[in-house]
Amino acid sequence: MKSRLVSLFAAASLAAIAGGAQSQTVRIGVKLTYTGVGAEFGQQVDRGMQMFVKLNPGAFGSCKVEIVKRDGKNPGGADSKTAVAELITQEKVDLVAGIIYSGNAIASAPVVDAAKKPLVIMNAGTAWITNLSPYIARVSFSMWHAGHAMGDAAAKTLKAKTAVVGYSDFPPGKDSLEAFKHAFEAAGGKVIDEIPMGGPGQVPDFTPFFQRAKDKKPDVFFVFVPAGDHAVGVVKTYGALGMRQAGIRLIGPGDITQDIKLQAMGKDAIGLVTMHHYHADLDNPANKRLVAAWKQEWGAAATPDFMAIQGYDGMAAIAHAARSLNCKMDPEKVMAALKGWTFKDSPRGPISIDPSTRDIVMNEYLSELVMQDGRLVQRPIATIRGVKDMCKELKVGRCK
Amino acid sequence: MDLTGILLGGAAAGMVLFVVSVGLSVTMGLMGFVNLAHGAFAMLGGYAIVLSMKHWGLPFPAALALGFAAVAALAVVLERTLYARLYRASELDQVLFTIGLVFVTIALVTLTVGPETQTVLLPEWLRGQTDLGFLRYRSYSLAIIAFGVALMLALWLGFERTQLGARIRAAVDNRRMAASLGVDVGRLFTATFAVGSGLAAMGAGLGAEILGLDPQYPLRYLAYFLIVVAVGGLGRVHGVFFAAILIGVLDFVLKFHFPKGGTMFIYALTLALLLARPQGLFGRKAA
Amino acid sequence: MSAMLPAAQALARRHRLQWWEALPWVAALLAFYLFPNHLAFGTQLLITILFALSLDLVLGYAGIVTLGHAAFFGAGAYTVGMLAQHAGWNEPLTGLAAAALVAGAIGLASGFVLLRTHGLTLLMLTLCTMVLLEESANMGHRYTGGFDGMPGLLFKPLLGAFSFDPLYFRTQYLYVLVVLLLCFVLVRALVYSPFGQSLTGIRENLLRMHAVGAPVRVRLVVVYAASAAIAGVAGGLFTHATQYVNLATLGLERSAGVLIMLILGGYGRLYGAFVGASAYMVLEHFLAKAYPTAWQLGVGVLLVLVALFASNGILGIADSLRRRFAERAAARP
Repeated sequence: MKSRLVSLFAAASLAAIAGGAQSQTVRIGVKLTYTGVGAEFGQQVDRGMQMFVKLNPGAFGSCKVEIVKRDGKNPGGADSKTAVAELITQEKVDLVAGIIYSGNAIASAPVVDAAKKPLVIMNAGTAWITNLSPYIARVSFSMWHAGHAMGDAAAKTLKAKTAVVGYSDFPPGKDSLEAFKHAFEAAGGKVIDEIPMGGPGQVPDFTPFFQRAKDKKPDVFFVFVPAGDHAVGVVKTYGALGMRQAGIRLIGPGDITQDIKLQAMGKDAIGLVTMHHYHADLDNPANKRLVAAWKQEWGAAATPDFMAIQGYDGMAAIAHAARSLNCKMDPEKVMAALKGWTFKDSPRGPISIDPSTRDIVMNEYLSELVMQDGRLVQRPIATIRGVKDMCKELKVGRCK
Repeated sequence: MDLTGILLGGAAAGMVLFVVSVGLSVTMGLMGFVNLAHGAFAMLGGYAIVLSMKHWGLPFPAALALGFAAVAALAVVLERTLYARLYRASELDQVLFTIGLVFVTIALVTLTVGPETQTVLLPEWLRGQTDLGFLRYRSYSLAIIAFGVALMLALWLGFERTQLGARIRAAVDNRRMAASLGVDVGRLFTATFAVGSGLAAMGAGLGAEILGLDPQYPLRYLAYFLIVVAVGGLGRVHGVFFAAILIGVLDFVLKFHFPKGGTMFIYALTLALLLARPQGLFGRKAA
Repeated sequence: MSAMLPAAQALARRHRLQWWEALPWVAALLAFYLFPNHLAFGTQLLITILFALSLDLVLGYAGIVTLGHAAFFGAGAYTVGMLAQHAGWNEPLTGLAAAALVAGAIGLASGFVLLRTHGLTLLMLTLCTMVLLEESANMGHRYTGGFDGMPGLLFKPLLGAFSFDPLYFRTQYLYVLVVLLLCFVLVRALVYSPFGQSLTGIRENLLRMHAVGAPVRVRLVVVYAASAAIAGVAGGLFTHATQYVNLATLGLERSAGVLIMLILGGYGRLYGAFVGASAYMVLEHFLAKAYPTAWQLGVGVLLVLVALFASNGILGIADSLRRRFAERAAARP
């Protein structure tokens, strides 16, 4: 009798442990561009995610975390869609995270919507993406965060009256143009020329576009180009044409001064004013800790950048959901946990997810580049707190 | 903007195209070999130039010379071992082979150096602006234009005034006839291939400020190189020169005045031009 | 019949169905049941096979080397997309017919103009046409969505009953398979018809065809237009399957990719498209997963080896092996 009770008890406890162990695993599907033109960005986001887990070992509570990675390969859309579908159908992940390019996010939206799986976007910035499905939450940014804030700051803080806007001719660029123009003209400024500067696919020779901007003699020249090699070309051309000497300030969202490319820009970048939600020189304890740990892990030349922080914060959001739901990742409950989530100790300052739009709310930092001890450093001018995506706030265009 | 500024800006970009593409034009005209991997040779040279400046501190001109020599040597090896086998092969097999070569090069560069764009550290005397008295213009652009013109003159002299040049021209116009007259076409081709690839390498290094330098280089600019060669006429050095300047200047003007649709007009123009004159501006009509 | 030489007999019998021609279709159906979680990839593969088949018509049979065939693929893809988005016309089968018509028309117009030239010039012109289309699609971003494309396209269920499934792709797979079969039957009939024979003549010996008085240019333009229409169908299927279209459908990468796949498999062989596309895409799919940064190296090496040592792709290798065995068997006493 006793032995039977013991074996029953043993069986029951084994079942409990086994059952408990099953619900203890959180499977995260990560879809980033690990090869091709976006490989660097994929690597930064990936590292950001790794760094969060490293610096916050208890964040996931008792949940075991499994990460399955898939390569989106290119901004084309179809490969990402296939990758996301495979993560859901073959790998049976609890949620999908990542996505660098807007095109890929747009292509993947119907898949996560049909499967009812949460998607945490860690970069793709076209404003209306979060409207594509109630299962999409974004921890990165919308083009309007920086664009709108910069338009406002250009008129009020930088006291500019006229502006020329140069932008890469694809939706994030047009988004950025509209955001800047909206705010700049509302604050009394005038955009006197809008110059589309080639596509995002390859870095054009910016000389003709910048020459045209220079001839218009604006107070500020607002430029949006995709982060990476485009930005380097922009700064070089700005210097080569002597535009600073001609009295034209170069301003833009932080995409043009991405930390991993910054030091390569050299003297031409001095005086550049940017508006962004993150740069590696932000002065707060969490960021200091992050930068130090980053350099220790990947070398003194490595640095976190805005993409890395998006991976970091994305993991923080997922960890919050996992913990509060006791590792049982029911899609509806996950979305509920993400909506209204706040994170005060992010290296980019306090952030939260707006429950009505599922998009990020965060600080924007206006900074100027200066040279300090032979290094380019971002010097803070102003901080705008609690910035929302103004496109959805004001219901402009496709953001209704 | 005044005309000189536009001409200079466009000419600078055009010169880069010229230096990179001239080798392709001559080899395609000489051997009829569709070498889509030309951009890969250019890229390898560009990397050699940029990395030797970065890690060994070589001055710019020395790095350019190194790039030329290294890629020329590589070209000789590849030509003798692999390319030579495909001279009689179908056009398609040549396309397949050279694209395969491009993939291999891209992958190797990505694995060894990394996917990021390389930044060139231009020497001081090339940075900033130069005052020519009547004009202040970007030093770098002026230098490229000067180099391109010098190269053009050197090549022209080489082709018109030397025996080697005469042999090459003869072989381009009529290979069989030239061979039957005793010209060693095989050796000629190896030499031309080597020099052409070496020049492409220098072009990539010189043009890295404008065209950038990353593992995707060979595929990204393939269309432009082919256009310059086709519009100029196969095997015609002066053809490539004028075609490159034409395209460079046009590109600049279009982007300045019509930034919306700029590059499209290059392709439209090429289409119209090749339809009107399939042999290119300076090419000879097919026998 | 028996008085004919064996070679003539073989030629006369070429068009008859062989037993092994059923294999690809059987394999495709088996895949449907054996790999239910990979049908998204399978659908993309079938679409690419159709695209490669259309290229074979123009390249393998008519001898036209083109780097711009994606122009027609993209034309078909965008036709379906724009009809669904702006005209509310989202019935799949009629949309596909529209795609074929539009792509075929573009093929007819461009073929009429371009096929006066050949060699490098023609290659360049096909490339320019494709890039022109790509740039126009970008300029007309109000209608085409530009670089970000047209997302979330919805289509009515096929034949009113089978709706497209964005997760498991079951309907899409079978739908594409059926369309592929129909198009293949068409292409096969075309190739073995007198018209198709004349194409081979044009490819092999242009001068003689001119001398014989065959209407060379008309034939070339017609086959170019037909090939364009089929490529357009493949493009339309792409939009149906992915519910999304963007500029990548019109790009050099797609054109070059399909060209490589066809040459890899063997051109002018009808089944080269099947073999080449399958080999390339399966390799890419698995190598990319295992070694995301190194797959390109593997494919590049493969391409170089095939170019150097294989006379006509994989099928060419298979052929020479078969011949060698046949010779050996015949040589045995």
